[in-house]
Amino acid sequence: MRASDLDLCRDPSPQSGEEEPLALYVHWPFCVSKCPYCDFNSHVRAEIDETAWRDALLADLAHEAELTPGRPLGSIFFGGGTPSLMAPATVAAVLGAAERHWGFASDIEITLEANPSSVEAAKFGALAKAGINRVSLGLQALDDAALRFLGRAHDVAESLAALDIAQAAFARVSLDLIYARPDQTETSWRAELDRALRFGTEHLSLYQLTIEPGTHFAALAGKGRLPTLDIDTAANLFELTRAVTAAAGIPAYEISNHARPGAESRHNLAYWRYRDYLGVGPGAHGRRGGLATVRRKKPENWLAAVARNGHGLESETPLDPATRAMEALLMGLRLGEGVDLAALSGRLGLPIDEMVDARAIDELTGHGLIVRERDRLTVREPGMLVLDGILGEIVR
Amino acid sequence: MSTPLDRIRNFSIIAHIDHGKSTLADRLIQTTGGLTEREMSAQVLDNMDIEKERGITIKAQTVRLNYTAKDGLEYQLSLMDTPGHVDFAYEVSRSLAACEGALLVVDAAQGVEAQTLANVYQSIEHDHEIVPVINKIDLPAAEVDKVKAEIEDIIGIPADDAILTSAKSGIGIAEVLEAIVTRIPPPKGDRDAPLKAMLVDSWYDPYLGVVILVRVVEGVLKKGQQIKFMQHGTLHLVDRVACMRPKLEQLTELAAGEIGIITAQIKEVSQTAVGDTITDAKKPTAEALPGFKEVQPVVFCGLFPVDAADFEKLRDSLYKLRLNDASFSFEAESSAALGFGFRCGFLGLLHLEIIQERLTREYDLDLITTAPSVVYKIQLAHDKGEIELHNPADMPDVMQIASIEEPWIEAVIYVPDEYLGSLLKLCQDRRGIQKNLTYVGGRAQITYELPLNEVVFDFYDRLKSISRGYASFDYHQIGYREGDLVKMSIMVNAEPVDALSMIVHRGTAEARGRGMCERLKDLIPRHLFKIPVQAAIGGKVIARETIAAMRKDVTAKCYGGDATRKKKLLEKQKEGKKRMREYGSVQIPQEAFIAALRMGDEG
Ligand SMILES: Nc1nc2c(ncn2[C@@H]2O[C@H](COP(=O)(O)OP(=O)(O)OP(=O)(O)O)[C@@H](O)[C@H]2O)c(=O)[nH]1
Ligand code: SF4
Ligand SMILES: [Mg+2]
Repeated sequence: MRASDLDLCRDPSPQSGEEEPLALYVHWPFCVSKCPYCDFNSHVRAEIDETAWRDALLADLAHEAELTPGRPLGSIFFGGGTPSLMAPATVAAVLGAAERHWGFASDIEITLEANPSSVEAAKFGALAKAGINRVSLGLQALDDAALRFLGRAHDVAESLAALDIAQAAFARVSLDLIYARPDQTETSWRAELDRALRFGTEHLSLYQLTIEPGTHFAALAGKGRLPTLDIDTAANLFELTRAVTAAAGIPAYEISNHARPGAESRHNLAYWRYRDYLGVGPGAHGRRGGLATVRRKKPENWLAAVARNGHGLESETPLDPATRAMEALLMGLRLGEGVDLAALSGRLGLPIDEMVDARAIDELTGHGLIVRERDRLTVREPGMLVLDGILGEIVR
Repeated sequence: MSTPLDRIRNFSIIAHIDHGKSTLADRLIQTTGGLTEREMSAQVLDNMDIEKERGITIKAQTVRLNYTAKDGLEYQLSLMDTPGHVDFAYEVSRSLAACEGALLVVDAAQGVEAQTLANVYQSIEHDHEIVPVINKIDLPAAEVDKVKAEIEDIIGIPADDAILTSAKSGIGIAEVLEAIVTRIPPPKGDRDAPLKAMLVDSWYDPYLGVVILVRVVEGVLKKGQQIKFMQHGTLHLVDRVACMRPKLEQLTELAAGEIGIITAQIKEVSQTAVGDTITDAKKPTAEALPGFKEVQPVVFCGLFPVDAADFEKLRDSLYKLRLNDASFSFEAESSAALGFGFRCGFLGLLHLEIIQERLTREYDLDLITTAPSVVYKIQLAHDKGEIELHNPADMPDVMQIASIEEPWIEAVIYVPDEYLGSLLKLCQDRRGIQKNLTYVGGRAQITYELPLNEVVFDFYDRLKSISRGYASFDYHQIGYREGDLVKMSIMVNAEPVDALSMIVHRGTAEARGRGMCERLKDLIPRHLFKIPVQAAIGGKVIARETIAAMRKDVTAKCYGGDATRKKKLLEKQKEGKKRMREYGSVQIPQEAFIAALRMGDEG
């Protein structure tokens, strides 16, 4: 185990903000087709001028770099959209610029989200060479009918071939599955999950299917034409997932994320631990020294903004300590490790009882949903399933 | 200057709810030119927002019209449009006291209903000339002959010269105007006698101050006159004499037989007693008019601000509302769970609902309404006397109670035959005593004595739903009777909820308790833990339900950009909680307090 792995588990609170490594998110907004459940900032375009896009990303990056001097990058994440559609040369150009601007921590984690299609798998070698050392592979299901229901372009055989290639090409591989699908039973999900565990990846993202407003699924549901899983079965599947993965040595460290100890996503931990993160590309969000940054969402608007202003920013909003505390709690309590209230209070300069409702904490502790040990507030296993309800009670 | 007596006609328009009084008034105003086409709107006299929206009249309105009859002479008509709902029956009785006749409007499709009868009897008591008007003859379901027969058989007045109208499409309006002149008698009154005028109504107008509606019985009322309110002997100087057309028109005087309005620099409506006699301060009349029966609130409930900081605002708003509606009462009260609020008295449930709605809408207040209750009389043990109980929370310990009396009413219900069975069962379940049952045409008229506390919650709703809207209902109080009454408390998560406690009859307590618990189970959202809901009498649990704990409530995916969105959701969640009341650790939505009392289908 490397020293940095220990740090991951301990939620280090650096003494000075300058030394804390930064997380960088890069958004690539294009997809081959739009999945019916998807509410990400993803778009289908016939033609993409990749040179223009590369240059614009580099400009957006340079703008952020100017505002955050002297802090090395601890992680980079290419998300989307489908960043595996990017030319490896574009990825290499972004990474080269990032290293020049900030410098990389020695153990930097550089993740790219990839769709498991044969076309993209063919690029994995080149992407690894460009500097990607971790992929998050959107398998989504291990059942052809389910993949069709989810509107995915790949079938299971193609996905597994891509997974093989990924495991050979990258040091670290995570895979995504969507469960609690309309017809799923405990037995069928259990079999699918067991199979996924046998692939031996160090990290699994297991999401319950949710119908997000504005998606094709939402439209269907609105017309009563989308069957949904009843809430009790969904709850059972969640509990089952946590038990099975824990027994397999790849327990949940966040609501939907599971890792072998030490193999957690360092980049995503930056969000959940409410560290600073920079976001470039269309619609990317960032938290930079108490400011919330948001970039123009529509690809064309972002591109135009970069051309006009040299960056894609739409807004920079200062967040008051109470808002930051709220965000820190609603992100942090998703983690198995919970939140160190004293550390957070010190960081934000806000007393603990202005962040949380002590009476509600006592009440919910009594019901066995949360636990507070000294200053660390943690959601207990039975509470994870009702986390949003808990947040509503305890966050001030 | 004043119109001669024989050219004056004063009449009320009376009917059951929705039979078309206000629409008929519209046509009369329009035909006589009171308002131009452009100024007209449907039910123009229903000028409160809430009246317009609900399509009902709450406050009686008076308009003066000029009409040139077939005899070539011009007449001054004073029209009084009245409300049809039973809660506002006192508005009708005042108007009737100021007139010599009434247009009795009957819906051609609905026929004679409970309030038709109640209002027509009041009118007969005043010795009025009654002109039957069968309205809505344009409707396909109109049955003019059947309705005529009902008017003769049920009410007992001749109907062969009833006027057939469609107020909506303007049919028969000319005939109505002629009938007013030819059939309703002119007022009487000695104009040379000392002033004697009836204070019919008063209200607060933001521009004019307190406005008084008067009917001059004898003498003349003039601008600049010093007048005396006989009840308290207070003196005022008349600074404005006018009438409504329906726009305000200034006059110099009102003589015997005329109806109009005056202002006299009066600050508060409470200084004017409705039914009082107004006379000349220097030359007073010898004898005051008999006055009106005082209206007493019959339904009480607590109103509490959701946000405790709104207490002052609630009090100010209640004062303002009372300026225009002297028929409701309020006094400060406090409750352990609800904090500071007011116990308010109303004329009925609709009245309660309307005041509550006006407070919410016009004064932007979020309120919690406690269970409506009637006034009980408690004889204390050991000859300690009698107390009136307005609030179940104040019920003394059983050991200190010798006996409890509750108010009873006599209800008259009209119902088509096919619903009679369910209706009798409803009355029976509500401890009713049947007094009379007769058939008229296809309908039954039943008279029941009922305890008022069985009626205040939802009797009216049930009656309407059982009969698909065809039954109608009217009631009056008939005094107090002893009953085997107990206080039922409701406990949520083992905490008593004051606002839901109520006085019930021992015999119906268990069913009521069970109903309440079942409904609360549906009304209180799931929490993070399970919640027992219990009904108890004196510590003994008589019904119990459990609200299961929330099973799943978690956002599956949440990364950097989602923090903003999730935060908004959380803020919305918090906003929603403000509309809830907290009991220990349980939040009860405001709507639940009233909704829990509706008895559902088993009632
Ligand atoms: N078809 C038809 N509808 C009518 C006629 N007269 C009134 N209405 C309708 O009946 C409904 C009630 O009319 P209103 O004039 O408000 O009745 P109201 O008697 O004043 O009612 P309350 O004041 O609430 O007692 C409205 O929807 C009118 O449009 C009519 O002659 N024909
Ligand atoms: S591939 Fe991913 S980002 Fe693109 S539409 Fe599908 S779910 Fe959305
Ligand atoms: Mg009306």
